[in-house]
This record gives sequence, structure tokens and C-alpha cells, in this order.
Amino acid sequence: MVLTIARATYDAIVAHARRDHPDEACGIVAGPEGSDRPERLVEMVNAAGSPTFYEFDSTELLQLYKEMWARDEEPVVVYHSHTATEAYPSRTDIGLASEPGAHYVLVSTQHCTDPSEGNNEGPVEFRSYRIVDGEVTEEEVAVVDELTPSNEE
Amino acid sequence: MAIEVRIPTILRTYTGGEKAVTGEGASLSALIDDLESSHPGLKDRLIEDGDLRRFVNVYVNDEDVRFIGGLDAELSDGDQIVVLPAVAGG
Repeated sequence: MVLTIARATYDAIVAHARRDHPDEACGIVAGPEGSDRPERLVEMVNAAGSPTFYEFDSTELLQLYKEMWARDEEPVVVYHSHTATEAYPSRTDIGLASEPGAHYVLVSTQHCTDPSEGNNEGPVEFRSYRIVDGEVTEEEVAVVDELTPSNEE
Repeated sequence: MAIEVRIPTILRTYTGGEKAVTGEGASLSALIDDLESSHPGLKDRLIEDGDLRRFVNVYVNDEDVRFIGGLDAELSDGDQIVVLPAVAGG
């Protein structure tokens, strides 16, 4: 198993996580149904506005899914950040994971806090998992210059 | 009276893989009971301790049902229901 993702999308997810630090950032990358190609990044607002929790706003969640259905897309990647801990799914993440076909990306910005409480450009962790029926399986992340059909498994 | 209910991927094990099912009921509560009779197990994934589960969203004609009465929300023939699990975590 591997998550193949374009450099630009990878960078945008990391930038989102850095920007929202110390609150958790969240979003998805949609792609054509069944393609396993994360093509369209959608940054979501963390309605919880919290350093320890994230949740998509329920109205925005419906808009997002209706848009994906209209485009024959599905959530290929579901991402969020951990701002004080490592990039590994928490018990809450595992319990609430509801897209068995998605790559769950965790970005850790735990080393991005200045002593003065500002954000810095410290190193981030970017890891990907499958979460199915409460079981977590880490997978490789392959960052490519551009997604092409030849990147498909 | 037929009400269409869109079922999320994770709950399609209860609907034989169907993306949408139909049921009937004058309220959301009655509709869920009706769905349970044809798709056993579904109700428990939507309701806990007599209320909608915290991390399951139900929409009636694009409105989050929590804002229009929750399980008591009144339904009419032709209403469109969407069930979506929350995207949330810690």
C-alpha cells in the first residue's frame, strides 16, 4: 500500500497545518471515484477550533459531499494535523474514522512552536494510514512531481 | 409515502451495498424504525441512548436535522435525507 501524492498537494497540506498551528488543521483531497488519485485539495475549517480536536462543520460537510457526488469524486485523502503529538492516529481518530477507502494523512507540527508561542518553520512529520474497522495500517508516502496515469497502482 | 435516504459508504454493509434506500415515516424517528425493519442493524449505527449519535449527521432537504427537531423532525413525501458520518478526530 502506498499513498502517491503530487508535490504541490503535499506542500499545500503542510502549509495549511503550519498556518493553523497550534490549532489542528483539517481537509480532504478528492479524486475520481475508484481512481486512488488525490487531485483536488479542499481545505476545511476546523469547526472545533481546537489544538486537540478537529471536526468539519456539518453544513460545510454536506456541501463538500454534494460537490463530490456531482463530480463523481470521493475523498481519497482525509488529513488533519496533530500540533503537540506525533503524526499517529489517536484513539479518537481511529474510533471516528468512517472512510475505509481513504488514506488518512496525519501531519505533526509539534516542533513548530517558538518559545514565544509563535509558529516557526520547524520540521513536520507527514505520514499516511489506512484505518479500517479500528485497525490502523501505516503505508508508504510517495511524493511525485505530478500525478500521471503511470503512478496508478 | 416514500422518502429517499442517501447512505454513506461505511453503512452500506447494512443496505446490501446500495447508495440510497427508501423508507417511510412522518418523523425522522419513524423513518429510522421503518429502515431498521428492512435493513436490520442500521438503527444502532444512527441512534444511541434514544438520541442521534453525536458523530452522525442527518440532513433533511440539506438542513442539519439537529436544527429542525432532531429525531422528532417532521418528514413529508419526497423529502431527501442524507446521512453522513462526521469527519472528526483528535
